[in-house]
Amino acid sequence: MTATRSRDEILQILSRVCDPEIPVLTVLDLGIIRDVSVENDSSVIVTITPTYSGCPAMRLIETEIRAVLVEAGIPDPVIRTILHPAWTTDWMTPAGREKLERFGIAPPQPRDQHPPCPRCHSRNTRELSAFGSTACKALWQCQDCKEPFDYFKCH
Amino acid sequence: MSAPDSPLFLFARHMGDNGLILGHRLSEWCGHGPVLEQDITMTNIALDLIGQARLYYQLAAEMHPSDLTEDDIAYLRPERAYSNVLLVEQPNGDFAHTVLRQFLFDAWHLPFLHRLCDSPESGLGEIAAKAVKEVSYHYRWSREWVIRLGDGTEESHRRMTQALDDLWIYREELLLPSDWEQTLIRSEIIPDPDVLRPEWQHAIHATLSEAGLPIPQTPVIQQGGKNGIHTEHLGHLLAELQYMQRAYPGQVW
Repeated sequence: MTATRSRDEILQILSRVCDPEIPVLTVLDLGIIRDVSVENDSSVIVTITPTYSGCPAMRLIETEIRAVLVEAGIPDPVIRTILHPAWTTDWMTPAGREKLERFGIAPPQPRDQHPPCPRCHSRNTRELSAFGSTACKALWQCQDCKEPFDYFKCH
Repeated sequence: MSAPDSPLFLFARHMGDNGLILGHRLSEWCGHGPVLEQDITMTNIALDLIGQARLYYQLAAEMHPSDLTEDDIAYLRPERAYSNVLLVEQPNGDFAHTVLRQFLFDAWHLPFLHRLCDSPESGLGEIAAKAVKEVSYHYRWSREWVIRLGDGTEESHRRMTQALDDLWIYREELLLPSDWEQTLIRSEIIPDPDVLRPEWQHAIHATLSEAGLPIPQTPVIQQGGKNGIHTEHLGHLLAELQYMQRAYPGQVW
């Protein structure tokens, strides 16, 4: 017999799952957990949405969500993937944005604004390539301290 | 004898085929791009397109009466059962050919997806709403490079002009509906190409003119891909794409 977990407890458990490509961000920081529900029979349904259609981390994230829930004593969690509404960087939490910046990745900016350099905070930056080391990032460079840096694209 | 496939199934599979084949072509650049940033760009676009193809194939597999899976659709069909447009299967050629192929595809793909977002068929609309964000980046990239190369050096201009001569005949097929598309257009499930055409034509002409490239005058149109009649290149591509599943049937990661 397993005790029924509250929604908050489930969210607490999920905060242990990180994005494998940006390990400072949890799945909650990223905003890809769209819903958590605890049914009358204590079963748990977690609804997630992909960041990009081709994001290779999605399958791994799903596996890790399942693993932490099972480890916490939830025997058979259901993980659903939805596409609608499409994920947007607006769902990234303020905490997530701060963690990104400390990690050296400029967080998403309002459209048409240059991201500030995560090292010297200058806004005098330029785009080197709209595509970067993962689907969600672009490559930028600071024109003042000259450091190239990753920018988490506004999406 | 099983019932014929529905127009909706055929369309979802066709959209997946366009993404898978173009994505595969772009992935052939991996490790060979002219500079690192462009190598990364082409593989990123490949990843987006293959991700989108998976969504379309999953949708097609769900609506199919048999227990078909997305992998069956991707890996276990002969060439004649692929319905991608001829444009996307054309070889990479030089960087100019790859850039122009991408631009001709994106110039159609982006406005098409914008309209497909409103499809009453929610499965299609949801994929389109996801894909349109990614494809707007693709279009921005390919358009910029057409201009940069067309308006670049003598050699880059010559290579772009050659690419235009080689690929121009394939662009029209994107706007020539197959029988199953006709059915979906009539029931307003997918966008009408006649509505799309002015915007598409304008985007192409404006970009070529900014790039200083001549708009080819040939009346020749090459088509057939939507009905499974392909150029010789697709068979070679599939030989590589399907190799593992053909050599070791049913293998999984």
